[in-house]
Amino acid sequence: MTTLTDPPAESFKLSMLVYDTRYRSYTFQIIALIAVLTLLGWLTNNTVQNLHDLGKEVDFGFLNTPAGYDINQRLIEYDNQDTHLRAAFVGLLNTLLVAVLGCVTATIIGVIVGVLRLSSNWLVARLMTVYVEMFRNVPVLMWIVLAMAILIESLPSPRDFRGDTPEATMKLFDTVAFTNRGVYVPEPLFSRGIGDLSVFGAFGISLDLVAIIVVLIGSFWVAKRIGRKADATQEATGVRPRTWHVQTAVIVLPVVLLLILLGFHLGYPALKGFNFQGGTHMRNSLIALWLALSLYTAAFIAENVRAGILAISKGQTEAAAALGLRSNRIMNLVILPQALRVIIPPLISQYLNLTKNSSLAIAVGYMDITGTLMGITLNQTGRELETVLLGMLVYLVISLIISGVMNVYNERKKLVER
Amino acid sequence: MKKSVFLGALTVAGLAAGVAGAATVDDVKAAGKLNCGVTTGLVGFAAPDANGEWEGFDVGVCRAVAAAVLGDPTAVEFVPTTGKTRFTALASGEIDLLARNTTWTFSRDVDLKFTFVGVNYYDGQGFMVPKELGVSSAKELDGATVCIQTGTTTELNLADFFRVNNISYEPVPIETNAEAQQQFLAGACDVYTTDASGLAATRATFENPGDYAVLPEIISKEPLGPLVRHGDDEWGDIARWTLNALIAAEEYGVTSANVEELAAAPTDNPEINRLLGTEGELGAMLGLEADWAVKAIKAGGNYGELFEKNIGENTPIGLARGLNALYTDGGLLYVPPFR
Repeated sequence: MTTLTDPPAESFKLSMLVYDTRYRSYTFQIIALIAVLTLLGWLTNNTVQNLHDLGKEVDFGFLNTPAGYDINQRLIEYDNQDTHLRAAFVGLLNTLLVAVLGCVTATIIGVIVGVLRLSSNWLVARLMTVYVEMFRNVPVLMWIVLAMAILIESLPSPRDFRGDTPEATMKLFDTVAFTNRGVYVPEPLFSRGIGDLSVFGAFGISLDLVAIIVVLIGSFWVAKRIGRKADATQEATGVRPRTWHVQTAVIVLPVVLLLILLGFHLGYPALKGFNFQGGTHMRNSLIALWLALSLYTAAFIAENVRAGILAISKGQTEAAAALGLRSNRIMNLVILPQALRVIIPPLISQYLNLTKNSSLAIAVGYMDITGTLMGITLNQTGRELETVLLGMLVYLVISLIISGVMNVYNERKKLVER
Repeated sequence: MKKSVFLGALTVAGLAAGVAGAATVDDVKAAGKLNCGVTTGLVGFAAPDANGEWEGFDVGVCRAVAAAVLGDPTAVEFVPTTGKTRFTALASGEIDLLARNTTWTFSRDVDLKFTFVGVNYYDGQGFMVPKELGVSSAKELDGATVCIQTGTTTELNLADFFRVNNISYEPVPIETNAEAQQQFLAGACDVYTTDASGLAATRATFENPGDYAVLPEIISKEPLGPLVRHGDDEWGDIARWTLNALIAAEEYGVTSANVEELAAAPTDNPEINRLLGTEGELGAMLGLEADWAVKAIKAGGNYGELFEKNIGENTPIGLARGLNALYTDGGLLYVPPFR
């Protein structure tokens, strides 16, 4: 029988906080924490005190007062008697619109350019290198301003479309007008539309659009089921039944039927008064911003894609080639899926960059959240601190959401290790 | 290392904040120069000339204040500000005086905590259109695309005007006068709206000014004047009375040509004597030298001279005195007595 006795408990001495390695790190961390918090507290206190001395207390009440200014591009109903909060929301939607359009376009261009940069065709590869180096090495603001200047200076103004022998005409069978105020394209209209769905009484969502999307999702789901069934038949019998015509019909027919039911027709733009009326007006500010942001970010994405592809060993290509796959299938089926694991993490930061760079919109007069909340509202109310804080919060939330979504995607694409 | 840089920056920021709290006039004297906010470039009001020297009507106010306080009209650091950045620049102490055709409004004076020291130009918002559009009244502008400088009172006036007249428009917000000019000339907007004086100044720089017309409607009151921060009345008084001195000088016939002569010895007119410091202690009351007004007037001339030289009828901008004539000539300029 043995008796284990604990070593005599060392009594805690204050000096151990510094000399004992077990506690030392904690000591310093706590000191650092206190220092940082004190600093933050001092800064906040200083700001509040200074504002108080100026007689400008922090107050968000201005958000509920009428904005008084107009915004040209509105995704929801808005007029100058609405509140600053709603104006900010209109701006936020504009930010999101250009960010989503930009991210999608940048990804498509970036992937194509990245792959082409590795092309064995000397000319294509060099052209892509020139593109990447040009866009990557010039500040995006220049590209935005340049795109806008080109659109304004090179396209005809609406008044050139007037007269018996106009200097400019509408393109594509008289349906699309390219002007230096933007592009007017035909808009979808529904003569038997089912109206709008009011969300919290704040804005309406077109039920027609919702119905079309629901039908489309349903159709695609059915088409996919047909595909799965074909897979199963192929597994069992070795013969794959021809399904593409059924799948096409399943996707196309219900939507066409729904469109006919809703009385779908196109509204064409026409010159009336000073401007084209009717149709959807894509303003030059949106086009310039979208184009410049996409092309700029695509240059970075192309480099990420190239890095991702180069990270896959050449043996993979050779093995796939040995199996008899053609080079575009090798890229699509073997290389890109593996390269994605390397591409996605830096891609997330490119999306974040694009979204944040969209705050340069005011350079071309695009009314995003920076232009409305942190631009006109700030100016008309003089609430610098409040509007800038709100604006920062908005960008933070958007960025965190993008990171969150992309991280989920990254988790799914990651190499699953057993 | 990084932390120490950060702390250093904080200390500097703290010191700067401390300095800004002191009397502005002492800061200006200590720095030896006046930080004056002006436009990013509006010919006639404030724009650099071919040699990079700022000149113009608003610039004249900056130079007069610098001359009155520091004795040197060139001791001015011009800070170009946009409609959006001007108030932040003034509130944060980056500039000591904002002379940037800024409209005196209730909320800017009361809510934004600024003090307008007077009016140096009585203006109103107008519209400019190309003559080929054949528009003769602003009420015919239904559906027009309007270029407008963002962050200005004109933006709100415009919204009000179109709402009251129940016509629609498409605003194209732009940051600076130069951008507006580019878009307007390319036909990307039908109309350019801003203060009528600004329209005249902008039109003067066009290749063919005759192809553009300013519509007759003036849709707002725009009293433009220099302003300072709330809470430093001594500095506000200096700016206010320097501006008043320029206007009073015109009233009493004191010009940059004869001011030396008139200030050499007391004249028969006690009002001129008090203004020029040969009688009384007005300069000392302001905390300035006795000949502060002499220096201010010498800097660019009296109000009338500044007007004629920069924006008057003999300049490309060609503005008539109109409301900006002395009260004795049927205008609105009327300064309190110097006594």
